[in-house]
Amino acid sequence: MIQWMLILSLFFFGLAITILLYRIIWGPSIPDRVIALDTIGINIISGIAIISIVVDTKSFLEAILILGILAFISTVAVSKFIERGVVIELKRDR
Amino acid sequence: MKINDVILQTVTKIAVFIILTFAVDLFFAGHHHPGGGFVAGLVFASAFVLLGLAFDLETVRKGAPFDFKKLGALGGFLAVGTGLLALIWDASFLTQTFITVSLPIIGELDVATVTLFEAGVAFTVIGVVVTVIMGISEGR
Repeated sequence: MIQWMLILSLFFFGLAITILLYRIIWGPSIPDRVIALDTIGINIISGIAIISIVVDTKSFLEAILILGILAFISTVAVSKFIERGVVIELKRDR
Repeated sequence: MKINDVILQTVTKIAVFIILTFAVDLFFAGHHHPGGGFVAGLVFASAFVLLGLAFDLETVRKGAPFDFKKLGALGGFLAVGTGLLALIWDASFLTQTFITVSLPIIGELDVATVTLFEAGVAFTVIGVVVTVIMGISEGR
């Protein structure tokens, strides 16, 4: 029963990623695409967590942490590029 | 207009230490579990990217006053040097070895020369990636 529920939740995470791909390709604006990419990252993290429950291992937890760090940094970087036009400033004028 | 990013800077000040700790953990986990020098170097460099995003390049340079090109060169020297050291004992290039020591509190511990090689790989990756990031981000 639990196994069946885990497989079903994996199916729904795949469905959510497919719907988010629509938002990335045909998204009206750039911030929509950024949010969609971040949400895809979170869905992949959840999928990895469920896969590591299904196959009963702890080896995927590092992958979860690295994906979380990369999703956070990429979202911050693209947001800063949209907001200011520069990713890493040489010197703040404040 | 005065730009205010106090939330990003506050989150960064906490998250950078978590990322650096995770990099060290990945480095030492690389013997029997997923991880290793390459991934540790990349995660370490991503902490510097996050610092550069939240603050600016001058602050990062002041906080970490190393020459990252020299760090990368030192890493390459270390990695190749541990490989060449095996030739002294008539083994083939890049042969690694280990001994098992028993310590009072920790217990059995494998001390391997592959740790030095992995440190070389990690230094190389940190040096190259941070140099590239700082090079492309100077706004020219």
